[in-house]
Amino acid sequence: MPETGIGAALLRKEDKRFITGKGKYVDDINRPGQAYAYIVRSPEAHASIAGIDASEALKAPGVVAVLTGADMAEDGVGGLPAGWGILFQDGSPMIEPAHPPMVVDRVRHVGDQVAVVIAETKAQAKEAAGLVDVDYQPLPAIAGLSQACAEGAALVWDEAPGNICYDWGLGDEAATDAAFEGAAHVVTLDLVNNRLIPNAIEPRAAIGDYDATDDSYTLYTTSQNPHVIRLLMGAFVLGLPEHKLRIVAPDVGGGFGSKIFHYAEEAIMTWASKRLERPVKWTAERSESFMSDAHGRDHITHAELALDADGKFVGLRVNTAANLGAYISTFGAAVPTWLYATLFSGCYTTPAIFANVTAYFTNTVPVDAYRGAGRPEAAFVLERLVHKAAVQLGMDPVELRKNNFIQPDQFPYQTPVALEYDVGDYDGTFDAALELADYSGFGARREEAATRGKLRGIGISTFVEACGIAPSAVAGQLGARAGLFEVGHVRVHPTGSITVFTGSHSHGQGHETTFAQLVSDRLGVSEDQVEIVHGDTAQVAFGMGTYGSRSLAVGGSAIYMAMEKIIAKGTIIAAHLMEAAVEDVVFDKGNFTVAGTDKTKALGEVAFAAYVPHNYPEDLEPGLDETAFYDPKNFTFPAGAHIVEVEIDPDTGVVDLCGVSCADDVGRIINPMIVDGQMHGGLAQGIGQALLESCIYDDSGQLITGSYMNYTMPRAADLPFFKTGHHITNCTHNPLGVKGVGEVGSIGVPPAIINAIVDALSSAGVEHIDMPATPERVWRALQDAQA
Amino acid sequence: MPTVSLTVNGQAVEGEVEGRTLLVDFIRETLGLTGTHVGCDTSQCGACVVHVGGASVKSCTMLAVEADGADVTTVEGLATNGTLHPMQTAFHEHHGLQCGFCTPGMMLSGIDLVGRNANPSEHEVREWLEGNLCRCTGYHNIVKAVQAAAAEMGG
Repeated sequence: MPETGIGAALLRKEDKRFITGKGKYVDDINRPGQAYAYIVRSPEAHASIAGIDASEALKAPGVVAVLTGADMAEDGVGGLPAGWGILFQDGSPMIEPAHPPMVVDRVRHVGDQVAVVIAETKAQAKEAAGLVDVDYQPLPAIAGLSQACAEGAALVWDEAPGNICYDWGLGDEAATDAAFEGAAHVVTLDLVNNRLIPNAIEPRAAIGDYDATDDSYTLYTTSQNPHVIRLLMGAFVLGLPEHKLRIVAPDVGGGFGSKIFHYAEEAIMTWASKRLERPVKWTAERSESFMSDAHGRDHITHAELALDADGKFVGLRVNTAANLGAYISTFGAAVPTWLYATLFSGCYTTPAIFANVTAYFTNTVPVDAYRGAGRPEAAFVLERLVHKAAVQLGMDPVELRKNNFIQPDQFPYQTPVALEYDVGDYDGTFDAALELADYSGFGARREEAATRGKLRGIGISTFVEACGIAPSAVAGQLGARAGLFEVGHVRVHPTGSITVFTGSHSHGQGHETTFAQLVSDRLGVSEDQVEIVHGDTAQVAFGMGTYGSRSLAVGGSAIYMAMEKIIAKGTIIAAHLMEAAVEDVVFDKGNFTVAGTDKTKALGEVAFAAYVPHNYPEDLEPGLDETAFYDPKNFTFPAGAHIVEVEIDPDTGVVDLCGVSCADDVGRIINPMIVDGQMHGGLAQGIGQALLESCIYDDSGQLITGSYMNYTMPRAADLPFFKTGHHITNCTHNPLGVKGVGEVGSIGVPPAIINAIVDALSSAGVEHIDMPATPERVWRALQDAQA
Repeated sequence: MPTVSLTVNGQAVEGEVEGRTLLVDFIRETLGLTGTHVGCDTSQCGACVVHVGGASVKSCTMLAVEADGADVTTVEGLATNGTLHPMQTAFHEHHGLQCGFCTPGMMLSGIDLVGRNANPSEHEVREWLEGNLCRCTGYHNIVKAVQAAAAEMGG
């Protein structure tokens, strides 16, 4: 393994500040003269507001202001925009209700923003918030999907009949129906994809800081994409031009999707700061995170797989109801559509696929992208169906999958659900996982477990995912309201050290190390000589941020393209310095050399000449500082095979995870240590979904799982060590050959776990179990099956 | 308002606090030591763990006035004369952190464990860390880091 550059397991450059307590998160920042905000949130799931009386709160010690949605409306503040528009099957646009940062006359979920109390201290703001008297007139609440789609259901939005936001389809319905008519076997399954709460350990925070001297604003915020926030908040909500609006997203304590979205509090703090002409700081309490961070997943699905007599998949039909929550969050509409149904081909050659997704409004927190975002839901549907098909047809689940895999010589492979896969080797990836899991030794382990009275099972998931939504023009055709490129800016300083400004944002991913390795590899300088700057719109030209495992594939490629410009310009300068023809100069390992000679100039010498251009090419600009905007040609398609082994105690229903073995094709690996770390984190979240986590609302729309006391987060003792391996094919359309790794764990492992549990319980006749497979659920499934 | 006097990272400090002021708020807001984090409001995430009298304590669960006269160590006090504590080194070398938010609490918890059990097994480390939540690492490399630090610390 190399010690530097691409492929090196380089220890992280950013660690030092975090292990010494010198990280700088938003809540660590304090601005001179700042006041503190506390948000008054709705305790009702659905209610009209007859009045807000802030008179007592305003008399409380330290209170500076109490502001409401009416104040925002008076100032002409707009609504939080949806970043993606989806069409009904008949081509009409989705129902898109207004989403004011603070409500005016009606609350639509527990936690909805009603007012903001601003005081001299945090405690004073919180105390006074309790004195704001809001006259709620409760309305019937829609607490979940089953209520939303019931006949005669109350309406979350008057303009959305049946609570439907859109009824969308993808694929060839007629061809799929025909495939089912002629099929030898049909496998059907009803499943729930449980609702999750992201729970980055750092709660969201925002500081608005208005500067009256030049009428400019700075917002410090816990964001995965500061430029996107600047665009959305500036253009749509507050009407502020970019040059007067700076967004800083410093160290951010985990995101997992939940910090992509433009949240109300960002707009409220920025706006309030101008009204008060002083900085205003808000930091969420964890209970606020539970009721105001966008949630994830929440589908109910009926799925059918048609097979021919030989076990070839001939058709797939999926009908999904997706919960969007009370409002359309930034990417909420795209997640259960273009990030979900497009994945239904999986690793397989299924020729006919049709998916219908109906998205509903409910009186719950908005639902949006959470690690995996649509793709875990798709993999769960598909891989549970494949497992059930193997059982139903009496086929080996390994052989059934392999018989249906897209073969290496079929790439590029056009799926029936819009995507064109560029490359993959699904047999190779699967074989690597089978070996890692000692699949062939499972029978003996099952027998041994039986002697201890335990039920042992093994489950497989082979899946494809799609990262780096692209290209922008295609995303635009599909309804995206933004570009999905990335920006890399490489500044070679006069003495040869380098600063890279990237539009990607690191909130745990280790970009300061991985991106430095890219630069080291291409420009031949040590990683110590490279600084990565991100998270500040005043420093980075532009950016679309970090989500969907896009940072390396899109952000890294942008840096690479900027480095190519550096090398091209450096070659002209070096040729001049060495009195050679430009076409004779080659660049390698940090040196420009005249081919076939010992004439050479180091990058640092060339950089110096660029900034002290005394002996310099005519008509060439001084400086060595280049920016690239990189718009990918296609998505990338990581793939993997995850194999899970469980042991179940039939007396208690407790599931013991005995083995989690994963082989993934994440494309070219820049830093294997960081890649494995990303795998571990994704796996933990996937295991959390499969075994532990579930967001629960009661029938009146009250959030029952509103704290760590009743929402089960995975803890150290819930998880084993993971076995991770790789079988790599390089992406064919980006300059680095990389695909993405951030989400594969959370996408691949949930169906493998449930398949393993169902396998363990199969002798008792259990065919399916919903997530999370808690001891109670497993025990009940066993009792019901045996009854 | 009551005044508290305590030792933090070897230095005598004093400050006026309200009776309700939590130790974590005193550390973060009054002393400006922002390495100690707040991740929840129910004393479960462990991001705020510090040492009080050498034992790990969730500083969101202790009033500042209760710490009067105590000897407190925060993450900022782990390195001595620029030399990292073996737990810090182990977290770095074993990639035991990603976003870094839970890391101070994890390290201080880990140090307390190793003080009580010089050679903890994987199972013992996992059980001990039940009061510390991490959403990034799946705990895999945290467990490895704590065990490596234990070996380095003489276990």
